[in-house]
Amino acid sequence: MDDLRTASPNATYAAHCARGELAYQVDTSTGAAVFYPRVIAPGTGAALEWRISKGLGTVHATTVVHTKGQPPHNVALIDLDEGFRMMSRVEGIDPMAVRIGMRVRVRMHPGEPPYPVFDLEQGA
Amino acid sequence: MSGLSRGSVAIVAAAESELGQVAPGTTPVDLMAQATRRALDACGLALSDIDGVFTNASQLRMPTLSLCDYLGLQPRYQDGTGIGGSSFMTHVQHAMLAIEHGLCEVALIAYGSTQRSVSRAAASPREFNPYETPYQPFLPASAYALAASRHMHQFGTTREHLAAVAVAARQWALMNPVAWEKEPLTLDQVLGARMVSYPLTVRDCCLVTDGGGAIILTSAARAKTLRCKPAFVLGVGECLSHASISTMPDLTVSGAARSGAIAYAMAGLSAREVDTAQVYDAFTINTILFLEDLGFCPKGEGGRFVAGGSIAPGGSLPVNTSGGGLSYCHPGMYGLLVLIEAVRQIQGDAGARQVAGCDVALAHGNGGVLSSQVTVLLGSGATV
Repeated sequence: MDDLRTASPNATYAAHCARGELAYQVDTSTGAAVFYPRVIAPGTGAALEWRISKGLGTVHATTVVHTKGQPPHNVALIDLDEGFRMMSRVEGIDPMAVRIGMRVRVRMHPGEPPYPVFDLEQGA
Repeated sequence: MSGLSRGSVAIVAAAESELGQVAPGTTPVDLMAQATRRALDACGLALSDIDGVFTNASQLRMPTLSLCDYLGLQPRYQDGTGIGGSSFMTHVQHAMLAIEHGLCEVALIAYGSTQRSVSRAAASPREFNPYETPYQPFLPASAYALAASRHMHQFGTTREHLAAVAVAARQWALMNPVAWEKEPLTLDQVLGARMVSYPLTVRDCCLVTDGGGAIILTSAARAKTLRCKPAFVLGVGECLSHASISTMPDLTVSGAARSGAIAYAMAGLSAREVDTAQVYDAFTINTILFLEDLGFCPKGEGGRFVAGGSIAPGGSLPVNTSGGGLSYCHPGMYGLLVLIEAVRQIQGDAGARQVAGCDVALAHGNGGVLSSQVTVLLGSGATV
């Protein structure tokens, strides 16, 4: 378990993002993938261990947000191959062209802290 | 299974405050108080009869303290449970529990919001979520849009199906003198309206209004001594399934499937016996999901069910007869207004939109981003 005097689950996650890694956790009692990062596992209360995702996933749901004064942007739920789901966006194509079922690969978007976005997986 | 007794309590009065746009400086508690006075007048009880107070409001940090202070009440029992728009359905359950156990005898459930006057951002600021906020979803609309995208993908639901929900709500609203919207609405107008979060246009999204309401519950025995026609609480069920849309277990099945099953089991009823369904329509996809999850049509068929006009005036199932959050009013946590319309239908007090022979009304509350679902079944004297 993270020592909350020295590192929060979110700080550990963000440190991985800064190294270009998409981190998630697994429930040590069931092996189930867990996202977002927590202190104990949901449902079981078991300890969690950190893992690094291979970064490959599938678009589960998608929307295009229209904000005044900005170009429309994509918001999607991505199912990572390791078995967890996260909110993100698919970049590099028209946001309206993002389809459920598309194969995507993670990339860190520069920011403070950096955060994961997804591109279409080439050859998929 | 619930431990509560079917029909042990009744809602004896239900009243709205002013709705829509209220005068500058009006507070959420002003609206609660106005609705409370109207509800007391309707049933003949006095303010001093209230010994249980239930409320929640996004603009109040400690809502029961604010309301009790304003009303000059020191109730024997109070509960400020906040689960968004379904808070008030849960308050019905908690008030029923408290009345059955003698913790209070006359319960007030109240709500007020001035979100149109002060802005939605000021009335209900969003929590920062490091796993969602960077992606700039327009919440709550984008969360419901994500659910809609799954429903369209899995079941062939279309934007026209979604739009049919908004058109039906508008048809009902035109029969409600206090509804915010006063003009007819066509399918093409919904489809051509400003896009908010695809596939939802501004006409697929609830209104942003001020408003509030109050309902009063008491024991079935005391209810029968009052001048109002009681709406007996036949069943209540709740389900909390997630907080963020990212962790919703299945984007096409809401917790209404469970909350409805619990409420139906307690009431000894099924969807077939429901004369009117009032379901929290924050977005057009809500109505489709809830009609499926509450047993009015099979899973996946909600879009085709509403497309035939079945929920509009003259259809087979009168749904959201007030005009709903889409066309009547939506002060932010609209669940109490959903309950008020269900009570009106049981009391036979719904004017031009009255459902003939309405003995069973379903009121379904939704909170967060499809996160909390609470179902209440109300019945006339013929059902107990």
